[in-house]
Amino acid sequence: MGRGVGILSGDPTLERIARGNGLALCAAGSWTARFAPALERMVAEAEKLSGTRPDIFIDISQVSKLDTFGAWLIERLRRSLNHGGIEAQIAGLSANYSSLVDEVRRVKAEPIVETDRVTITGMLEQVGRSVAGIGGTLIGLIDMLGAVLAAAAHVLVRPRNFRLTSTIHHMEQVCWRAVPIVVLITFLIGCIISQQGIFHFRKFGADIFVVDMLGVLVLREIGVLLVAIMVAGRSGSAYTAELGSMKMREEIDALRTMGFDPIEVLILPRMLALVLALPILAFLGAMAALYGGGLVAWLYGGVEPEAFLLRLRDAISIDHFVVGIIKAPVMAAVIGIVACVEGLAVQGSAESLGQHTTSSVVKGIFFVIVMDGVFAIFFASIGM
Amino acid sequence: MAGEISDAIIRVRDITVQFGKTRVLDGLNLDVKRGEILGFVGPSGAGKSVLTRTIIGLVPKLSGRIEVFGVDLDAASAAERRGVERRWGILFQQGALFSSLTVRQNIQFPVREYLNVSQRLLDEIMVAKLGMVGLRPEVADRYPSELSGGMIKRVALARALALDPELVFLDEPTSGLDPIGAGDFDELVRTLQRTLGLTVFMVTHDLDSLYTACDRIAVLGNGKIIAAGSIADMQASQHPWLRQYFHGKRARAVMG
Repeated sequence: MGRGVGILSGDPTLERIARGNGLALCAAGSWTARFAPALERMVAEAEKLSGTRPDIFIDISQVSKLDTFGAWLIERLRRSLNHGGIEAQIAGLSANYSSLVDEVRRVKAEPIVETDRVTITGMLEQVGRSVAGIGGTLIGLIDMLGAVLAAAAHVLVRPRNFRLTSTIHHMEQVCWRAVPIVVLITFLIGCIISQQGIFHFRKFGADIFVVDMLGVLVLREIGVLLVAIMVAGRSGSAYTAELGSMKMREEIDALRTMGFDPIEVLILPRMLALVLALPILAFLGAMAALYGGGLVAWLYGGVEPEAFLLRLRDAISIDHFVVGIIKAPVMAAVIGIVACVEGLAVQGSAESLGQHTTSSVVKGIFFVIVMDGVFAIFFASIGM
Repeated sequence: MAGEISDAIIRVRDITVQFGKTRVLDGLNLDVKRGEILGFVGPSGAGKSVLTRTIIGLVPKLSGRIEVFGVDLDAASAAERRGVERRWGILFQQGALFSSLTVRQNIQFPVREYLNVSQRLLDEIMVAKLGMVGLRPEVADRYPSELSGGMIKRVALARALALDPELVFLDEPTSGLDPIGAGDFDELVRTLQRTLGLTVFMVTHDLDSLYTACDRIAVLGNGKIIAAGSIADMQASQHPWLRQYFHGKRARAVMG
């Protein structure tokens, strides 16, 4: 029939050939996924015949290879050719492919439409829901705080339930391993504050006051705030990811069914480690910042170390140090609680784990800064 | 071990895989014939999954040669390798569905990446594939975390079949399914093999699957294929592990 070329090359074709009793759509070649785009165009073209005449049929005797894509497109074409209640027929179906053709014949015609489209009202709704969710977040945090305190009380009553090994392990992770990076960054920040201070104070001949600024700033604010932000990024995210993936793999459910309280087993050791670690890191950070500041004051500002120390002793009192260090455990608790709440809120997907880890860090840093503000007001009003 | 098979779709020669000091596969040879369902059995920890992962290129091998569709995978260019990858589908043990995509997106993903077809055809093919694995189109917009274990396996199979591959690797497809679900799954694999002309490489522990679904069985032990042949050959074998496996309490129960 002169279609040999098409078959040999494997390229699929669909030709219209008049036969004695009607019009045949002759499919030939390889009707497979590889040629799907071309097949789709040919079938769309042939579908235009839909409704023109009742005596059209599809001949697939020359098809050399057929898979789901080809079989479905032939079936789609056949359905479009149905005319006034008369089903269009497929001729030349070989035994090899009959089960495949039967299979696609069962496919429901209408494709289901995806419902979630991005619309302005949808976006506004999203904003509304997020705002309304803030209340829920706060309640969730207070809830977790209560649960952790209850678990802590339980452990105080029965100290055998306390997980020392786990706590030490987390101490190593969040405290010991954090020391190098925390010391390095606070050292550099101390250097920068000192350099900037000297550069600007020099215009008034007040170089030496940089020591006052450095001492007060580092001990009261920068030391603890900077370290808390670093810990939120470093350990808060780790806590969320750990608890989140345990939640995803049903490990937390497993613990619960064995009669263990996940708060007591997983969260209390982490919280305790963080609450102990942050004051230590804040202290080390403050010392590193003072050291860096002093070094720059000496090398860049010409303030001798003896003069620096003498001035520092006059400028700061124990109050400054206490104000700084007293904030550390509270900030640690805030970071830990946010991280644990987010970790337990993770749903089944990898995307959800990413979202909650991000929001753990963002919320952790936000609450740390809010707490710092609250503390500033409090200390100002008691005159410290 | 049977001699050379002319129309082998997978040809594995002398492969050795080692993790640290443990040799998992030691000079292993295996042929998979076009159009057959090969059941691959062996004790836990014998390296069944390792062999599968070595063939598909996820585990590096120390030595040996692997040919799939007549292409030597070590000598193949990146384009040749992609060509081979397009022609096989893999069902991982845990399904390995993309957790942040819906069932619809999971099945359409390989099609969308490899073929430039309309969204309409993508949706229709997705519905057809769901039908083939015995799922209703309503599950299309669910996420993997909202599916049962059996449904995850089915969706994962639908994704493995999305591009109409010639060869499918199934890693313990019936583990974790109830006996009826597992039986359905075996039936499904058989039907798909008949309708689509698939070659199936199935790692399994399930005796029922071996009896009902597989044409040929290969047994792995001590890093080598210790036996390959029909179920009757396996039952006749005198190898101690095979005797225990095919004549143990569970095997007798299956054979009734």
